This record gives sequence, structure tokens and C-alpha cells, in this order.
Amino acid sequence: MPSIVKPSVTHPGLQQNRLGLTARDYEGAMSTLCAGCGHDSVTAALVHALWDLAIPPHMIAKMSGIGCSGKTPAYFARGAHGFNSAHGRMAPIATGANAANRDLVFVGISGDGDSLSIGLGHLGHLIRRNVRMLYVLENNGVYGLTKGQFSASADVGSTAKGGAANQLSPIDPIGFGLSAGATFLARGFSGDKQQLVPLLKAGLAHGGLAIVDVISPCVTFNDHEGSTKSYLFTRQHEVKLSETDFLAPEAAIEASIPDEGVVSIPMHDGASINFRAVPPGYDATDRQAVTTYLQDASARGEVVTGLLYIDETRADLHGAGNTSMQPLVHVPYEKLCPGAAELARIGAR
Amino acid sequence: MAVEVVRETTSLVNDFAIKLANVNGTGSSSANNLLMRAMFRMGVPVSGKNLFPSNIQGLPTWYEIRVNKTGFVARAREYDVMVAMNAQTYARDIREVRRDGYVLFDSSWPLDPTLVRSDVTYLGVPLAQMVNESFRGARERILLKNIAYAGALVAVLGIDMDVIADLLTERFAGKEKLRDANQRALQLGYGYAREHFECPLPCRVERMAAAADSMLIDGNTAAALGCLYAGATVAAWYPITPSTSLMDAFTKFCERYRRDPVTGRNNYLVIQAEDELASIGMVLGASWAGARAFTSTSGPGISLMNELLGLAYYAEIPAVVVDVQRAGPSTGMPTRTQQSDMLACAYASHGDTKHILLFPGNPTECFEMAVKAFDLAERFQTPVIMLSDLDIGMNDWVTPTLTWDDAYVPDRGRVLDAEDLDKITSFHRYDDEDADFVTPRTLPGVSPKGAYFTRGSGHTREGAYTETADEYQAVVDRLARKHHMAAERVPEPVVEFRDDARIGVVTVGGCDLAVREALLELSARGIVTDYMRVRGFPFGATVQQFLDDHELLFVIEQNRDAQLRSLLVLETTVAKDKLRSVLVYGGYPLSADDVIDSISAQLGS
Repeated sequence: MPSIVKPSVTHPGLQQNRLGLTARDYEGAMSTLCAGCGHDSVTAALVHALWDLAIPPHMIAKMSGIGCSGKTPAYFARGAHGFNSAHGRMAPIATGANAANRDLVFVGISGDGDSLSIGLGHLGHLIRRNVRMLYVLENNGVYGLTKGQFSASADVGSTAKGGAANQLSPIDPIGFGLSAGATFLARGFSGDKQQLVPLLKAGLAHGGLAIVDVISPCVTFNDHEGSTKSYLFTRQHEVKLSETDFLAPEAAIEASIPDEGVVSIPMHDGASINFRAVPPGYDATDRQAVTTYLQDASARGEVVTGLLYIDETRADLHGAGNTSMQPLVHVPYEKLCPGAAELARIGAR
Repeated sequence: MAVEVVRETTSLVNDFAIKLANVNGTGSSSANNLLMRAMFRMGVPVSGKNLFPSNIQGLPTWYEIRVNKTGFVARAREYDVMVAMNAQTYARDIREVRRDGYVLFDSSWPLDPTLVRSDVTYLGVPLAQMVNESFRGARERILLKNIAYAGALVAVLGIDMDVIADLLTERFAGKEKLRDANQRALQLGYGYAREHFECPLPCRVERMAAAADSMLIDGNTAAALGCLYAGATVAAWYPITPSTSLMDAFTKFCERYRRDPVTGRNNYLVIQAEDELASIGMVLGASWAGARAFTSTSGPGISLMNELLGLAYYAEIPAVVVDVQRAGPSTGMPTRTQQSDMLACAYASHGDTKHILLFPGNPTECFEMAVKAFDLAERFQTPVIMLSDLDIGMNDWVTPTLTWDDAYVPDRGRVLDAEDLDKITSFHRYDDEDADFVTPRTLPGVSPKGAYFTRGSGHTREGAYTETADEYQAVVDRLARKHHMAAERVPEPVVEFRDDARIGVVTVGGCDLAVREALLELSARGIVTDYMRVRGFPFGATVQQFLDDHELLFVIEQNRDAQLRSLLVLETTVAKDKLRSVLVYGGYPLSADDVIDSISAQLGS
């Protein structure tokens, strides 16, 4: 029985959001992933973020490709449409859906195999088009469903469960994103919900493609000594660039007195992101400086987490296409068909 | 054994063929198109076929114009006039002119004596010399030399000079200097021909009124209009010959008709994708979200789209694909025509898959079937592939004028809105089938009650994941029944019966005109046949009946492996040995002679 319905347990003390919904309303089916899988923690963080932002569940479109990550959209927001598509093809399918209905809130869940191998080309072009979407890359350095092959994000020297060391240079989604022109790049750790939830919320509020690379250890195939995507390794080598607060538009007004050392970045819809513990001189909007900082950190063997880069100025898919503000799916047919008389004129030309 | 076609040689008025041999990238095709267009404006049935290389500049290229007062304007295999403008190919071109035909060439340089045939008339015009004396820039001289030979042809073919002048005025509206240069070049050739040759020649055009209900349009432009009129709002594509001009035309029409006059914003989005894996993915995403979406491509694109066509089939997502076929396999001959994607499209993708196919035979049908494709895709929630080809798609055809019924209402199929959902206790995506075995779908953003999980993995009637045999089979068996139901919804075949016919002829797509012409000639020789042109797949009862009604059938198609014949054998109960093949697949449009030769030879007559 591969599909398990999650019992809906509620109690009166559960907190409600603006829509009167509790976090339970943003849950989905029971996860069939391994016990302790990082992905389930990411799902929990997403449930929290979506509930907290009070996004109507039916306005969410959950997109995924194939792999362990591809299954996870079934595990949250049961009131939302989900599309578990084909391996590596989430990006174009989400692009088409976004083209048709720009009012939906797109949440894409992908993995390192899905995004960095079979779907790498599509990811590059999704970045170029700046399709408005939260893109969560559940990164564990390994192919789980096919039992433990290295993925393209595996570090050089990282060992497989059987002991073999990876020889090939890893593809870092953040570095890739910076070079392709991404407008929102963050990295989190599935074991740190405190940090992850605000990152996801900021990503959901971003006016373009928001990539959140989440180190999400595979407990079955890549959580051993010698792995650089294990819980232990990540905890030991993580450097938190910043503690992030995401402030929704209404909250931003109240948070008028910032803490010492806080850097605030306004977002397109009036919300803002506040950083704390940012290294002196770090400017998340300066692509060149961010690139240098991350390369230096990588050379030191550090896994830098937090909101790493943001650009709220670039047009998204619809901005570049000058598309109608009314979603194309809602434009009435009468406005689309030029009619018989016009066809006669075309024929006469 | 080749059989010479008996032609009515009494009059060549409005009945002749010209071949123009040019160098690619010199602007010749616009001059050739101008000539063809002028003849159309004179009310004469005409066709222009551009036989161009996959090259930007320098390689030989040909253009053929056939004029035929009865409307048989399929490709001719022999030429009355050869316009030999490419010294590289002189030998071959001059060989191709029929006995007593004409060769028009640039006499600025003497013709090699070995190229002189005693049975043709040479019309030498010092084109380069005249143009060099009258115009300065190198590029201008190259371009206007074409207009100069067009001028000579206007004189020798009896084309109305006023018609040409009007066409030039329209083409160069707002660019008066260019128009004047073109007019002068035209006069150079015209004047020279009038002075030196007996004008017009016996093969010439005279005004008639045959083209009254016709227009001149290529299939790609017509298909683009179909997508526009059907209400497509999202289009995704990857550039590929010979389908590129379809999306170019769609974009152009959208710029004209889809910009909101109030907001200045676009009621469409055309996305140039990174590859065809992505373009079909975008179509699926947009259709899933509720838009009418399509892509246009050619064979290599179909190969890449296989994966997601299977997903669309299984997850039941509408998708419209226009495949403008070219010669395969692999890269094949990108600028040559073929009908060789039929099997690849019918069963595209791994696993048990079957798709709905539409086969337009001319640009008018490209328009009508493009609209039909969206209706069928949404009605049956599945991919619909319209198989055009390079000959239909890129050449200008004289075709019945496109018309539109303003009462048309798009068939959006079974889609539940919020109100519908309120009325039911629960929604299950693959349950509650109708008489067509179609189940209702819902769109994202409408109601949490309609939420479901779309997947390409095994699923139950409820849409839940399954690996259980009976749950899986319940869904795939319904898909097979649903596909079968489409047989009576695709366009009916065109069928024509003749008294005393015992042989049936079956064909598809753009073979239509050449086959009809051939059948008329064959019947004059005592070989009387019935005719059927299939226009959709799955095949309906009419197709089956036609096959049943004949003891012997010829299936005429443009591919090596008899793909239509295979499809008929697989998908009807016809006995395989009743079906014989006429196969022409060298990449050039079919001509009546190909059909006459093959059928005569196979019948031993």
C-alpha cells in the first residue's frame, strides 16, 4: 500500500492564521520516505511557512520532478493541486503553468539529481527567465531511489556507503545560479527549521525565481562517516551567514526599530527581509562580492547558509513578456479571437 | 517502366511549368514569389514550390512554378521554361527542360557550347550587364538582377505589368526609393525581352476567374491563424526548419490582435524554449493550468517530445503539437519534405500510448484542423498532433479562402468549476467517466475541493499512487477506450467513388492534388479508381468501410517504409496483402507522374 492517508488530528488549541486555518490544513498525505529523511523536515518547514503566510491552499501549485524529492509535494498542502511530472522536467512544466496563471503561488520541490543532472539545462533557463516560484532543491548528494549512486552535487572525496570516493567535481547550485543570473539564492539545512522557515517565506514573497538549496541528508545512503552531506558533517561545517527574519508587509511597519547590526532588504510587495549576524561588509545584492565570499568559504570547507544573494529589480517571465496582469487563463475568449470579418481582411491582403 | 504523360499540347495557355535555378541567399525567392503571386492575381490556378537547401548562402536553390487552368498544380516533373541563373548547375538545369522548351539565361557571358541543345530555344538576356550599368551597390545589383529576370518573364509569359506594379507598391509601402529601384530593374528585363523575343511565348498566362474563392497562403501561416482563432494564449517552441515560420506568424498575429488596447499588455505569451523537451513541458504546464497552449516542431523535435507526450497521455493533459514534417531520419534533409513521422507520432512515448492525429492536405485544412486540434485535445484530455509537412507548411498554395464562424464556441471539455465542485461530495480525478470515457478535470486556483495530485506514475481512479494490477488496469483500459472514441470525432476522410471502379486508392495530406491529377489520367487509360484521403487517426468506420469495399488498394504516401499502410494494417481489420504501396520519399513534393508511373507499372499496363 504505497499511498497512506494521514489522519487529520486537530485540537482546539491549534493556532489559526489569517484565513482561520491551522497548520494541519497545510499538511498532506503521510510521508513514505525513510524515517529521519531530511526531506520530511523540509516538508514540515514548508507547512509552517505556507500557513504563516496564510496562502489559500487552492492558490498553491506544487510542482516536482522525479526522485525522493519528487514525492514530497504529496506530503503538504492537500488543498492544492500538485504535479509530480517527469525526471528533470519540473522547470519547463512550471514555466508553462506560470505562463497560464500568474496568480498561483508556485512551490517547486526538486532534488540534486533532478536539478543538477537530468534537469540542469532546464534549471539554467528557468533562472534566465526568472519564473516566479519558490524552488526548493533538496540536496543530499546521492540518488536514493536507485540505491546510492553519487549525484552531481557530491563533493570530491565524499564517500559512498560502500566506501568509494567521488572523483568528479561537484555542481554547486548557488554558484551556478550566480553565474546564470539568479535573483534569489539561499541555502538552508533541513536540521535547522528556525533558519529554514524564514528563508522559505522570503522565497515565497520574492518577485522572481527563489532558489533555496537545502542540505537534506539521506539517512539511508549518505549519512555515514566520509559523507559531506551527512547530519554530522553539516552541523560541524555549517557557517551561518545570517539569521534571517522575513517580515510580511503589515509586520514590516511594526518592526520600526531594528536591532543593532541588522541589514534590511525591502521586497517588491512591501515585505522586507532583515538579516542579523551578517559579516561586516557583506552585501547580498552585490553579485561579484557574493561570488568571491562564497568561493573563499568553499575553499575553507565551509557550508555557508542563509540568504546569500537577492535582486528584487529584475523582471520576471511576465514582466519580460509584458503579459496581461489578468492571468491568461481568465482572459475571456471574446478578447482572444479576432473574428470572421478580420479573417476576411487578412485573406484579402 | 516510365510512362509518358499524354498532355494536351494544343494549348499552353495557362498550362505550363517553369523552373528557376538560383543561388541561395541572393534574394531570388522573393522575385520568384512575386511572379507566382502576379499569376494568382490574374485569377489563374498556380503553385510555387521553393526547393531550397539547408544553407544560408551560396548553394544552389530552385523554385518551381506550375500553372494549370484546371487546378492541378502539384509539382510537375518536366518544365516548359528553365530560368537558368546559376552557372554551377547549368548542365543539369538545361537537361531538365522538355523538348521544344525555353531556357532563359544571363547572356552577359557566353554560354558554353556544350550546353547548347538544338531542341530548345535560348532566351539570352544580358542581366548582369544591364543591372551593373544601372545600379551601384554590390548587394543592390545582386538583388535587382532577380527583379530584372522577373521583368523578362513578365514579358515572355504575358503577365499583366499593372499587377506586378501593384504588388511592388504593396511590398515596398513606405519605402519609395526601394520600390522605384525595383520598378526600374523590372523595366530593364521587360524592355529587353519585348525588343528581342516574340512576346508572349506560347506558354503564357491569360486572365481567368478560377481563383475567385481562393487565397494564396502557406500552411504554417494558416496553422498560426488557426491557433490564434482557437484562442491559444501560451505557445512554446524551439526553432527548427520547417516549422519556424509557424511560430513567427503566430507571434506577428498576436502582436496585431492580442495587445490589450487599454492596458497595452499582451493577452498571450510566446516562449522560445531551450529545447523541445522544454517546449512540450511548457505546453503541458499551461494546459494543466487551463490555458489553450501549443507547440510547433518537426521530426527531431517529436523525438525529444516523446517522454512528455507519454506523460500527457497518461496523466490526461491536453496538448496541441503541430509537426511540420521534413525528411528524416536523424537530421535528415531539413529543407526537404516527407510524411515520415506518422508512426512516430501515432505511438509516441514508451509504454502503451496512442495519440490523436490530424492530417491536413492544404493550408485551409491547416487552419481548420488547428482549431479542431484544440477542441479534441480538451475534449479528450490528451495530446493531439497535427501532421503538416514542409511542402504544405512553407510553400504558398492557392487554397480555398479561410472562413470563420463567429458562433464558434471552444470545446473546453469536462472541466469542473467551483460551483460544480460544490455540488458533489468528493472529487476523484479519474472517476465518473462519460460516454467518451472522459473523466472530469479541475484546474488549480479554483477550489481546494478540486485539488488532486497529477502524476505520471501508476494511479488509481481516485488519482492515488498504485502498483496494484487491477487498479492500474482500470485506468489504462479506460484510456484505450477513450482513444477509440476519438475515431468518430476526428475529421472524416475525403472519399470519392467512380462508376466501375474496382481499385481503391488511399492517400494522406499534401499528396492530394498530385494523386487526383494522376487518377484522372489513369482513368483516361482505363484504370478507374475510387479515392480516399484519410484526415485523422484513430480511423473511423468510413475508413474501414472503404478498405472493405475494395479487393485491391494502393496506398500512396511520402516515406520509405509505408507508414500509413502499416497504421492501416495495425488499426483496422484490412488484410495486409490487399494493400500495395506507392512510395515517393526523395524529399521533393509528389508529382502526378510519380503516381501514374508506379500504379501503371504495378498493374503491368
